[in-house]
Amino acid sequence: MTSHQVVPIKVYVAVWAALSILTMTTWQVALIDLGPFNIIAAITIAVVKMLLVVTIFMHVRQADSLTRLYVGAGFLWLVILLGILLCDYLSRSWIPGGQFWPSGPAMIVGG
Amino acid sequence: MSTAIETPRSTETLNYLNTKYGWKSWLFTTDHKRIAILYLISISFFFLLGGIFAMLVRLELATPAGDLFNSDTYNKLFTMHGIVMIFFFLIPSIPATLGNFLIPMMIGAKDLAFPRINLLSWYIYIVAGLIAVGTMAYGGVDTGWTFYPPFSSTYSRTYVVAAAIAVFVSGFSSILTGLNFIVTIHKMRAPGMTFDRLPLFVWAHYATSLIQLLGTPVVAITIALLGLERIFHVGIFDPAIGGDPILFQHLFWFYSHPAVYIMILPGMGVINEIVACFSRKRPFGYPFIAGSSIGIAVLGFLVWGHHMFVTGQSMYASLVFSLLSMAVAVPSAIKVFNWTATMYKGSIRFETPMLYAFGFIGLFTIGGLTGLFLATLATNVHLTDTYFVVAHFHYVMVGGMVLGYLGGLHFWWPKITGRMYPEFWGKLSALIVFVGFNFTFFPQFLAGYAGMPRRYHAYAPEYQVFNVMSTAGASVLGIGFTLPLIYLIWSLFYGPKAPANPWGAKGLEWETSSPPPTYNFDTPPVMNEEAYNYSGDDTGVHVG
Repeated sequence: MTSHQVVPIKVYVAVWAALSILTMTTWQVALIDLGPFNIIAAITIAVVKMLLVVTIFMHVRQADSLTRLYVGAGFLWLVILLGILLCDYLSRSWIPGGQFWPSGPAMIVGG
Repeated sequence: MSTAIETPRSTETLNYLNTKYGWKSWLFTTDHKRIAILYLISISFFFLLGGIFAMLVRLELATPAGDLFNSDTYNKLFTMHGIVMIFFFLIPSIPATLGNFLIPMMIGAKDLAFPRINLLSWYIYIVAGLIAVGTMAYGGVDTGWTFYPPFSSTYSRTYVVAAAIAVFVSGFSSILTGLNFIVTIHKMRAPGMTFDRLPLFVWAHYATSLIQLLGTPVVAITIALLGLERIFHVGIFDPAIGGDPILFQHLFWFYSHPAVYIMILPGMGVINEIVACFSRKRPFGYPFIAGSSIGIAVLGFLVWGHHMFVTGQSMYASLVFSLLSMAVAVPSAIKVFNWTATMYKGSIRFETPMLYAFGFIGLFTIGGLTGLFLATLATNVHLTDTYFVVAHFHYVMVGGMVLGYLGGLHFWWPKITGRMYPEFWGKLSALIVFVGFNFTFFPQFLAGYAGMPRRYHAYAPEYQVFNVMSTAGASVLGIGFTLPLIYLIWSLFYGPKAPANPWGAKGLEWETSSPPPTYNFDTPPVMNEEAYNYSGDDTGVHVG
């Protein structure tokens, strides 16, 4: 079984403080117009917060390799979902005769 | 009011059924076997309920005119049939009953890793079931079990949110069962029970649990988003408020296609055990059958887009999904070939569980192969939303899964209850189910191929001959399902007492008494031989 290593309370407090600061940062960054970088900044901060919660609060850092494998599988499955989903969204406009189809006659799919 | 009493009522051997009596000893039990019985009773209720909805649908379709129900009521009937059968019967059926009862015994453990979480999962299931029943009592829901927006999120005037909450809650029950199985299989195996000696039933449940754990949260989130849109008008799926309905279908089918494998993989696990036992042979290609379970679980997550070929998803995505859907047929085919190879030159016995296994193999093969028709882009365009699709998934879900469930229930009934069922009635009902099933669903392939759309309460007269056959077949099927209910309950009181191993089967669960003691084994078992070591075995089969 996983060893129940006790994490010092000050580590929890530090992580809590970091999460609070990152939340405030998300809010403040949202007030600045960075164009497309607003969403990138928000997602980056969210990923950092998620890693703090998973590794420290959920004790994955101390977990055995099997638990880490399952946590990793969860992320892999999320990547599968989002990756294939984006493949659909990104390739929907690749219509024969369209922008990404320079040669050949124009054609309306389903027409 | 009864209370838990520690002493048995008779001088018979102590087992999990007679160590304690009273309703508290059942509702607060943490014994995996008793929880399995609680699930068995609960899912039987929902199977009956879903079956009543199905019979009403078939009655309406006996004539081309919509003369029994109006279209709104008909929409509710097929929706509630789907929701009840999928979320409250098929998904929990084998894992929560046979899996719950057998996995700890098969690996030589006293219980599951988290007994209280196991009980919690049943309570969550019951809460979800009550919400579902309440929704139906108040008027039901008419969106189809797939809850497609924008109809579900904007236009339907039925109890969509309540039904969605029922499905949402039931998902947590499924997740907890999967979690419990994974930890149990990893951490609680008896000495000598290495992964290459695990019964294939356990392998199948391990693969099922992977899907439950990794897929179910996605449908829970999707349904929550649907609720957000319906209640607070947040634009997620409805194009009128900035959403994308195809996004819902992506998220929904990311879970719901693998959910097909949640339903069928445990059935395949049952068939492995039955075929090996009644052929008196080690399963042909054990590592490939075990590996194909994991292969199905993983590949099953990559094919969801074949439900969406005509929705407007990218045709390039459709091409890839079509190819991957062909690929997932490979591990399924491995199983079918290996079952038949296991029977080759086997000493086959035609007992009731084996009859169900024969039915499973034949009907699942038809269901699987017609799935390839639907995975092919061009034929899919013609067949989408026709009765061909209805026939296809019923061949997999009923012809496959329900027959597997019934086969497993008969196979392990002596172990679970300590009583033998009447073999004649068992064989007769297996035959009736097989005939009734084919009469019900094969005509639907023909009607669908001829162009009859699904989900309409009225249809063109040229399809009536198929529908009359289908409705007549459904009546026969109903008799086939009712018979086991009667004679299995009868056997509880009047059936001959079962020996520990009536079929001469291999596996740790057969080495303990029938019914088993509370902690499964009087002495901790050790696995000191290969799985399914039937070579040179001439153990007789005892039947009731």
